[in-house]
Amino acid sequence: MSTIDSAPALLDIRGLSITYGHGDEAVVAADHLDLALKPGEIVALVGESGSGKSTLSKAIIGLLPQSARVLDGSIDLAGENLLDMPAKELESIRGRRIGMVPQDPGASLDPVKTVGSQISEVFRLHQQGRKRSKAQLRAEVIRLLELVGIDTPEQRIGQYPHELSGGLKQRVLIAIAFALEPELLIADEPTSALDVTVQQTILEVFTKLARELGTAVIFVTHDLAVATDIADRIVVMQHGRIREDRPVREILRAPEDPYTRMLLTEATASGDESRTTGDARGSEVPAIEVTGLKRIFGSGKTERAAVDEVSFAVRPGTTFSLVGESGSGKSTTARIIMRLLEPTAGIVKIHGQDVTHVRGAAKRELWRSLQLVYQNPDSALDPRYSVSRIISEPLGNYKVGSKTERKVRVAELLDAVNLPSRMAALDAKELSGGQRQRVAIARALALGAKTLVLDEALSALDVLTQAQILALLEDLQVNQGLSYLFISHDLHVVERISHDVGVMRQGRLVEVGAAAQVLNNPASEYTRLLLDSNPGALLREMATN
Amino acid sequence: MAAYIARRIGQALLVIWLAYTLVFLAVQLLPNDPVTIFLSADAAADPATIAAMKAQYGYDQPLIVQYFSQLAGLFTGDFGYSLASGQPVAERIGAVVGSTLVLASSAFVTAVVFAVGLVASATLARKTWLKRLVINLPPLFAAVPVFWLGLVLLQLLSIQLGIMSLFPDGSFASIAVPVLVLAIHVSAPIAQVLLKSVDNVHAQPFVDVLRAKGASPSWIFFRHTLKNAAAPAMTISGITVGTLLAGSVITETVFARSGLGQVVLQSVTAQDVALVQGLVLLTATAFVVVNLVVDLLYPLLDPRILKSGTHGAPRALVA
Repeated sequence: MSTIDSAPALLDIRGLSITYGHGDEAVVAADHLDLALKPGEIVALVGESGSGKSTLSKAIIGLLPQSARVLDGSIDLAGENLLDMPAKELESIRGRRIGMVPQDPGASLDPVKTVGSQISEVFRLHQQGRKRSKAQLRAEVIRLLELVGIDTPEQRIGQYPHELSGGLKQRVLIAIAFALEPELLIADEPTSALDVTVQQTILEVFTKLARELGTAVIFVTHDLAVATDIADRIVVMQHGRIREDRPVREILRAPEDPYTRMLLTEATASGDESRTTGDARGSEVPAIEVTGLKRIFGSGKTERAAVDEVSFAVRPGTTFSLVGESGSGKSTTARIIMRLLEPTAGIVKIHGQDVTHVRGAAKRELWRSLQLVYQNPDSALDPRYSVSRIISEPLGNYKVGSKTERKVRVAELLDAVNLPSRMAALDAKELSGGQRQRVAIARALALGAKTLVLDEALSALDVLTQAQILALLEDLQVNQGLSYLFISHDLHVVERISHDVGVMRQGRLVEVGAAAQVLNNPASEYTRLLLDSNPGALLREMATN
Repeated sequence: MAAYIARRIGQALLVIWLAYTLVFLAVQLLPNDPVTIFLSADAAADPATIAAMKAQYGYDQPLIVQYFSQLAGLFTGDFGYSLASGQPVAERIGAVVGSTLVLASSAFVTAVVFAVGLVASATLARKTWLKRLVINLPPLFAAVPVFWLGLVLLQLLSIQLGIMSLFPDGSFASIAVPVLVLAIHVSAPIAQVLLKSVDNVHAQPFVDVLRAKGASPSWIFFRHTLKNAAAPAMTISGITVGTLLAGSVITETVFARSGLGQVVLQSVTAQDVALVQGLVLLTATAFVVVNLVVDLLYPLLDPRILKSGTHGAPRALVA
C-alpha cells in the first residue's frame, strides 16, 4: 500500500461538471466531481442508473454523447488535461494509454469482422503496430487470446463474434483492452450481461491481468457485491455527486453517508425467516403444477431438449423460484406454462385444471387467472400509450365493465401498486424503470389474475428499485393471496422472495425444495457452484461479523 | 452455401415463370386478341386478313397450347413476333437493349458512388451546417422529376450555352448529361437508406469500442460502418432497377437517344401487344436477376446470414 500512497496521481479529475441538453431542460449528470487515481489502483464507481457514474467514465475516455456538455473542470492524465486535447491527440491516447471494457459483450464486437482482425486492429491503429509484420501480429493476437484464457486461439482468430459465447466475447474484449498495456482501464459494467458463473471467471481474468500489469482501473457497477470483491476503493455516486470515496473495508465497516448505508443494507438483506420456513398449505390445490414437461427444439442433428422432464408445483399463495443460467430452460418452461409455446410432452395444471392443450376461448379464459410480467418494462409497454390505457387494455380485450367501471378499476390497481392516481394520464415513456414495472404488474392484475409468472421481472432494475418492487410483490401476495412463479438468475433476489426454489441446468431440474434448504444446504454440486459464484464474499463476511 | 445459392436461383426462376403467367393472363383479359387490337387502328380491317395473321402468329390456337408454346419459346430465346414489323421480338429488343444497358448501368454506378460519397460527407463532416445541408440533398433529388431535370439541363446547356448538341453526337457531354440526370434520381433512395442504416450502426456499442481503441471517425466509417450498413442499401439498390428502367425510357425520350425507351413508346402507341409482352418480361427478368445478385452478395457482407438457415437474407426495412 505504501508504494501506491507515495506515487503521484495517474488520473486527476477536478471540478468536473457535465450537463445533458440545453437551457431549462438541461440535466446535470456530473456536479463538480473530484476524483484521483494512483497508478495500479482499482476503484469501483457504484451507484444507481442516473447517478452519473457512466457519464464520468465516458468523459474520461472521451466518449460522451453529442448531447453532453462539459461546463467546467479538468481531467488530467499524468499531468495533461484530456479536455483541452485536440481530437487527433486523443485518438492516439485512446486504446494505447486508456482502454475500455464495455458493458454488453454481445454487441461490442463488429459482427462482420473476424475476432483476430479486431484484436490486431489495436496494433494497426497505434504506432507500435506499423512496424509489425503479419506473422508478428498473428503471434501477438494468439499471445493475447492465451492471456485471457481462450483455448485453441489459432482457431478463434478466424471466427466471427456470433460464433462465440458471451463469456468468450468478453474475454476477447478484455484482450483488446489490455493489448497495448494501458495505464488506465475503464470497465463499464463489464459483467452485468453475463451469467453468474461466467461473471466470476471473467472478473478473475480481468483483475489478475490488471494486478499483474499494474493497470489502474475504474470499474463502473451497480452491484455493490461485485465492487467489494475486486476494488481497493469504492466511490459511491448519486445524482451526479460523489457521496463517499473510501477504501473498501472502511466503507463496509463504517459507512458515513446515509445513501451508502442504504445501499449496503439492501445488498446484505436476506430473506424474511417466516417466508422460507413455508407454511402448512401443502394439501391445497397447487397454483401451477407441471409434470414431466419436455420441449425439443430442432430435429435430427440439431435436436436439443430445451426443457427435459421438468416437474414441480407452486403452492397457492407462495413464491416458487426457478433459477439457472441463460440457456437453462427457465424461460421456455415459463412460456409453456403461459401456453405461448407447445410442450413436446408433459402436463401443465393451473389451479388444478389441465391446460396443457387448451386453445381458443379456453386459452383466453386461462389468461384471466394467469398472467406474465416480463423482464424489460421499457419494451413491454407501448411508449405512446398512457398509463391508464395500458392498464385498462386487458379489460377492453375481455370486454369487462363499462367505461366508468374501467376507470375505477384502473384507480384501484394504481393504488394497489402504490402509484399516485395522477400518473394515469402520463405516457409510459415519461415513467422511470421502477414505475414502469409497477404499471406492468398492475396490467397483469387487471383481470384479477391469481397467479403471476415473473420472468426476470427485476433484472433490469437498480438495487433500491428492486427492493421496492420486491416489497410490493410481497404485499400483494399477502393481501390478495397471489402465487408467483419467479424466474431469475439473481440468487440474492431469489433468496429474499422465495418459499421454494428449483434449480435448472441444461433443461433439467437438478434440485428442488424449500428455499432455506436449497440455498443454505444445497444437495447438488451445481447449486453449490452457483452459490459460490455469487459475488459479494467480502460483503457477506462483513455482514455476518 | 451451395444450398443457399440453389434456393435463391430456384426462387428467381419461379418469379420469372409467375411474371410470364401474369402477363399471359393479362393479355387474355384484353377485350380482344392481340391481332384484332393491332389491326383495329385500321378503319376497316378485313376479317380474312385478321384470320390469316392470327394463324400466322399462332393466336388461333387453344389458350393452353398458346401458353405452353410461348413458354417453351422463352427457353430458346423466342419471344414471338412483333405485329407491327413482323420481326422477331427478341431481335427488335436485342438491337437497342445495348444502348439502354450502357445508360442504365453507368447511371447505376454513378448513383452508388454519389450515394456513398454523400453519406460519407454527411457522416464525417465536422461542421453541423454542412452535415444538415448534405442530409437534405437526397429528398430533394428524389423530388425532382427525371424529365424536368433533363429538359432544364437541355435548355441550359444546348440552347442557352450551346456547349452540348440537342441530339446525341457521341460527345462526352451527350453521354454524361443523361447519365447524370438518371443517376441523381436513382441515388436518392440509396443515399436515404444508407444514411439511416449508418445511423443505426453508429448507435451500436461496438462503435464505442472502436473509438475507445483510438480509431478515427473515417477509419470507423470506411473499415467498419460501411460493411455493416451495406445490406439495406443493397436491397434498395436491387429495387431501384425498376426506377432505373423507367428513368431510362424517359431520359432516352428527352435526349432523343435510341434504346428501349423508343421501342416501348412505339410498341404502346402501335398497340403491338406481342412486343409489349416481351418488354414486360424483359423488365421482370432484369429485376429478378439483379435481386438475385443482391441476394447472393449478402453472405459476403455478413457471415451471420448463412447461419440463419431457412430464414434467408434479412430484408432490412426501408422505412
